[in-house]
Amino acid sequence: MASKVAITANDYISAQLIIDKHMSETLFEKIWDSHVVGPGNESEQGPSLLYIDRHLIHEVTSPQAFAGLRAIGRTVRRPELTFATMDHNVPTDNRSLPIVDPISSLQIHRLEQNCKDFGITLFDVNSPDQGIVHIIAPELGITLPGTTIVCGDSHTSTHGAFGTIAFGIGTSEVEHVLATQCLWMDKPKTFAINIVGSPRNPRAVTAKDVILSLIRQIGTSGATSTVIEYRGETISKFSMEERMTICNMSIEAGARAGLIAPDRTTFEYIRGRRYAPQGEQFEKMVEFWEENLTTDPNAQFDESFILNVDHLAPQVSWGTNPSMVVDVTETIPFPADFAKGSENERKAAFRALDYMALEPGTPIVEIPIDRVFIGSCTNSRLGDLLEASIIAKGRKVSPNVRAMVVPGSQQVKREAERLGLDKIFKAAGFEWRESGCSMCLGMNPDILAPGERCASTSNRNFEGRQGTGGKTHLVSPVMAAAAAIEGHFVDIRDWL
Amino acid sequence: MEPIRIIKSKATPLDMANIDTDQIIPKQFLKLIQKTGYGKYLFYDWRFDKNGKLKPNFVLNDPKYQGREILVTRDNFGSGSSREHAVWALEDYGFKAIIAPSFADIFYSNCFKNGILPIKLNASDVEYLIRDADDEEIKIDLAVQEVLVAHKILHFQIDESRKKKLLEGLDDIDITLNMESQIAEYEKKKSTSDHMIFTWKIR
Ligand code: SF4
Repeated sequence: MASKVAITANDYISAQLIIDKHMSETLFEKIWDSHVVGPGNESEQGPSLLYIDRHLIHEVTSPQAFAGLRAIGRTVRRPELTFATMDHNVPTDNRSLPIVDPISSLQIHRLEQNCKDFGITLFDVNSPDQGIVHIIAPELGITLPGTTIVCGDSHTSTHGAFGTIAFGIGTSEVEHVLATQCLWMDKPKTFAINIVGSPRNPRAVTAKDVILSLIRQIGTSGATSTVIEYRGETISKFSMEERMTICNMSIEAGARAGLIAPDRTTFEYIRGRRYAPQGEQFEKMVEFWEENLTTDPNAQFDESFILNVDHLAPQVSWGTNPSMVVDVTETIPFPADFAKGSENERKAAFRALDYMALEPGTPIVEIPIDRVFIGSCTNSRLGDLLEASIIAKGRKVSPNVRAMVVPGSQQVKREAERLGLDKIFKAAGFEWRESGCSMCLGMNPDILAPGERCASTSNRNFEGRQGTGGKTHLVSPVMAAAAAIEGHFVDIRDWL
Repeated sequence: MEPIRIIKSKATPLDMANIDTDQIIPKQFLKLIQKTGYGKYLFYDWRFDKNGKLKPNFVLNDPKYQGREILVTRDNFGSGSSREHAVWALEDYGFKAIIAPSFADIFYSNCFKNGILPIKLNASDVEYLIRDADDEEIKIDLAVQEVLVAHKILHFQIDESRKKKLLEGLDDIDITLNMESQIAEYEKKKSTSDHMIFTWKIR
């Protein structure tokens, strides 16, 4: 049952930018400056109060925020700018059955109640638009260039692919945004990451490999307190889906957010989507976006980095954070080599190898896999599933592997089924699921058993992330699909 | 929120870098809908074995470190998921301050919302606290931004407005609601300015 939309007096919103024509500003600075409500010019220091154009909420990080509002009798300032869905702990098997876990069920019902009471649009478990919050907002045209978006989830950085300042916030901040439509934030520094070159075989070496390789090079805190702007020819050539994969994992490099200047690819993606401006208004917006949402040629970034992907190989994580990554052709590193002299890194590598039960020197392609997960807000869009299905087509999942495909949203699921991808996956022995976060974080019943090793298209390989004692290797969808077939990693360039 | 001025305690050393919020509070404990009671789940998979028994070699389980209110740890503490439950768990467990060379951004900002003081000290000071000072009484004086330990004074930086909020126990939302006229003015500017590029019906 979809929640009823409360009609508010102000059912028009404007989300135009008020951009000063300063020269030499970065895209980030332009969007930021146009959203500063206060405290005013006199205080350059300290946090700014930033206006939030879109607030996305889900069942796990919102209940305490609503409880806080109720406790003091506060209300939601702009319910029409707030959108909710249920994704983190919804079951992905049969949706017609009641949710077994009483606490998941409680969170889900609490969100329904909160949305109803406060007049917030909700795409609930049975909605044809339900899905992972970072998949559905772009799909529905809620995510737009030049806006600010927040959500109580760190992968909100995904929306930066549209030239949007989008970042994850904590639950107290969710409450603050609900009450005030604003957020206090220190202005992050800017970080230009230029991605140049093109992989020899772009079907086999994907956006996922690009972002994993970047995090491998700059580290999990390499971009702390910055907003990354991804630039360069490689990015321009990427589809919106690929750009979202890149921006999604910005947080894994420690960044506050990642963004990409919008271009024709962006505008064509947005055109006609439900909550986006339509018709003539849309064309006017495109003109405005094109003119304003760019980094000026002379603008200075606080930091910069160049990544050349000409010779990039498919990437596989071997450890317990997303910078512990090697080429599929390599072996498990020796801690001393990996750590480049840093004692803390060396200790962390030892610990990671111990947790992952891996021996230095083992070739990546010899690591046996028990489970495969194709899903998550990093890699569960139609293009991801399409590419993985090409690998699965006419092949069989190894008898030693249990593999599942979890579309990011109901919309992705429908489109995939229209193309017959479900049949290809099922014929090959993959489970075909309903949309949700699923085994990306294992809050629902989709979890690894202790000791199980998983090739996963998600974004975090932390200890226990996919289930206590579970071992996660982060890879691209095609690499995951091939690992399912063979029961171990393969260099997917040999297949494509 | 309770104001924070002085914190006096010995410290618990957690000698590891890059501790992520999935470790601070594993996801199976995110299903509650209240803000309190998370302390017993703090570092759950490190503190308890499969059968729920205490793992003897984890530092928080060492009898010597019980009841301490300061956690000292390494770089990039609180990385990963934005879950505020991580801070609720640390707070509920009894920590009032966390000292590290660096913190992940979202975690750092979540601390201030829940009356935990995150202190950034340089790596050598942290090294000293972990290696040599784990039996010293520490006094943290927020007003003057100092950590006093043995005969050392370690100075730390903190944003003025955040410091003020902690010292006075101020609620962010109240502060912002007091800026209503500025917010309303901004909204008006957005919807009526000459620069208005478009409006559209969102519903
Ligand atoms: S898919 Fe994973 S990373 Fe994405 S929102 Fe869900 S839990 Fe978070």
